Amino acid sequence: MGNIPTTVKHCLSYEQLIRDYPWLKRLLLEEKEIVPTGVKIQLIDMLSGTGLPVIEATSFVSSKWVPQMADHTDVLKGIQRAPHVQYPVLTPNMHGFQDAVAAGATEVAVFGSASETFSRKNINCSIEESMLRFEEVISAAKEHQIPVRGYVSCALGCPHEGYIEPSKVAEVAKRLYEMGCYEVSLGDTIGVGTPGSMAKMLRSVMEDVPSSALAVHCHDTYGQALANILIALQMGVCVVDSAVAGLGGCPYAQGSSGNVSTEDVLYMLHGMGIETGVDLAKVIEVGDFICNALCRKTNSRVAQARGRTSGHALL
Amino acid sequence: MQLVNYYFPRKFMTFVGGSASKNLPERVKIVEVGPRDGLQNEKTIVPAETKIHLIDMLSDSGLPVIEATSFVSPKWVPQMADQVEVMKGISRKPGVSYPVLTPNLKGFQAAVKAGATEVAIFGAASELFSKKNINCSVDESLQRFEEVMKAAKEANVPVRGYVSCVLGCPYEGKVAPGKVAHVAKRLYSMGCYEISLGDTIGVGTPGGMTEMLEAVSREVPVSALAVHCHDTYGQALANILIALQMGISVVDSSVAGLGGCPYAQGASGNVATEDVVYMMHGLGIHTGVDLSKLMDAGAFICRSLNRKTNSKVAQATCKL
Repeated sequence: MGNIPTTVKHCLSYEQLIRDYPWLKRLLLEEKEIVPTGVKIQLIDMLSGTGLPVIEATSFVSSKWVPQMADHTDVLKGIQRAPHVQYPVLTPNMHGFQDAVAAGATEVAVFGSASETFSRKNINCSIEESMLRFEEVISAAKEHQIPVRGYVSCALGCPHEGYIEPSKVAEVAKRLYEMGCYEVSLGDTIGVGTPGSMAKMLRSVMEDVPSSALAVHCHDTYGQALANILIALQMGVCVVDSAVAGLGGCPYAQGSSGNVSTEDVLYMLHGMGIETGVDLAKVIEVGDFICNALCRKTNSRVAQARGRTSGHALL
Repeated sequence: MQLVNYYFPRKFMTFVGGSASKNLPERVKIVEVGPRDGLQNEKTIVPAETKIHLIDMLSDSGLPVIEATSFVSPKWVPQMADQVEVMKGISRKPGVSYPVLTPNLKGFQAAVKAGATEVAIFGAASELFSKKNINCSVDESLQRFEEVMKAAKEANVPVRGYVSCVLGCPYEGKVAPGKVAHVAKRLYSMGCYEISLGDTIGVGTPGGMTEMLEAVSREVPVSALAVHCHDTYGQALANILIALQMGISVVDSSVAGLGGCPYAQGASGNVATEDVVYMMHGLGIHTGVDLSKLMDAGAFICRSLNRKTNSKVAQATCKL
């Protein structure tokens, strides 16, 4: 049965393009300039003031692979943690996990892939090998009582393999969940999914992982993100990942959009009477701030429209 | 984090069993409004032969309905001054309709003389919008259209009705679903075979769309309804999806997302046909449209207008 809960936990990730994907540094990306630590900290602090309950703060990857995240420790130590807000960080391996804990992390995230080729090209190992790495991290996290969030990339398509079987996504999601991830975020990494493929994939995953432990991470490369999120909500998912101002282009389609904009997601959710606890106007302000800092235009249609009218939106 | 108030608004549960395809139509008719609604809102004046070539390319892509031009006074809409030349210049593909806008009887007569075989009229669900746009009340505008309806009936020319501001008005703000239903019903009773419900400023969300369609479908059969969504706030595809789930099977869109929102300068307006078709095909819905030919048409008109496409599918596809 479809369900749309009135309260949706919002998980925000900024600069989502910057992950532990080694190829990123080779590609021309919109956010290719290194953002100063002070700006990142200010961004996170501003986001903390909007009501967002989860803000993915940084990534403990090697700065050799992701220079943008080289200041991970300074960022984590510099932010002002708002009460009732989580600040998960990415930890691709034990080394990263240990650094994260030393820097004060209280929640971490690990990334799996539903595509073998993507896994090999990105982190130079098979899905199975990556799971073994994550088992170590999750085991250590358990000892520290640190919750772990799991991500599955290429859930609706892979830039190398093309179509991905829903059963493969389910297999990886189940593995992460059973290993101990409290939540599994299913990512349409290249934004090719439609409500059709989203529904098929979710049906398959929900045979093994309860909807209450699932999140969707939709990219808007093909303009399908909000429709995909809508169908996911109807199927009982109530956690949505998004990025303020739609930060982070699609590395596989230069100049195309990537992450769905938090502002556009909020506009839709609020229009449906779904509570998020987030102040949309404040998020728009944060988007303005980071876009000015990055000298770029927002990818959010809501922000674009609001910025050019006296605000005739009904919300 | 604990969720509280896990209460589900039933009105959004428009399908059962976790399937995106249950309750969805098997076929959707796409009404391409780029050559008229799209170009009308583009600043660059495009020569007739470019418009003709665009329409011919769109015909070739499999679109079943292409709004070709508008028989309004060129004084008001200079982009449509070449209406007769365009109408006479296009290669009409068998099985494809080429409706034209006719705001009054004079426009209707000129349209028929130029070979139009289908026309469209516009009403508004907002009194203020009607007054500011065409200087008369909603009821007065509908009375004017009765002349057109009468003449169209005599000439055996089908008429499509549009209702604007169905999910919000730039002047009035919220628009009552009951008002939208009233205007839609009037147009339908007057003889319009189909009523296209337009979110003129793109402020609608699946929430507002659901309420509005519930009200309208109590007065007009859902088979005679279409949605015309603007993407100004990025909500168009989600709004279209919910409309499909409620039984709508006619969707208006504009190639390359031509036509900005006149009320939010620089913001996007019409939803891009490419993005709509991509979603439809992903849902297993038949549209009859060849997406790659459609993208060719979009690329052509964007080159002619010297602008970037508003279609995300087109943007993504060009760069992969």
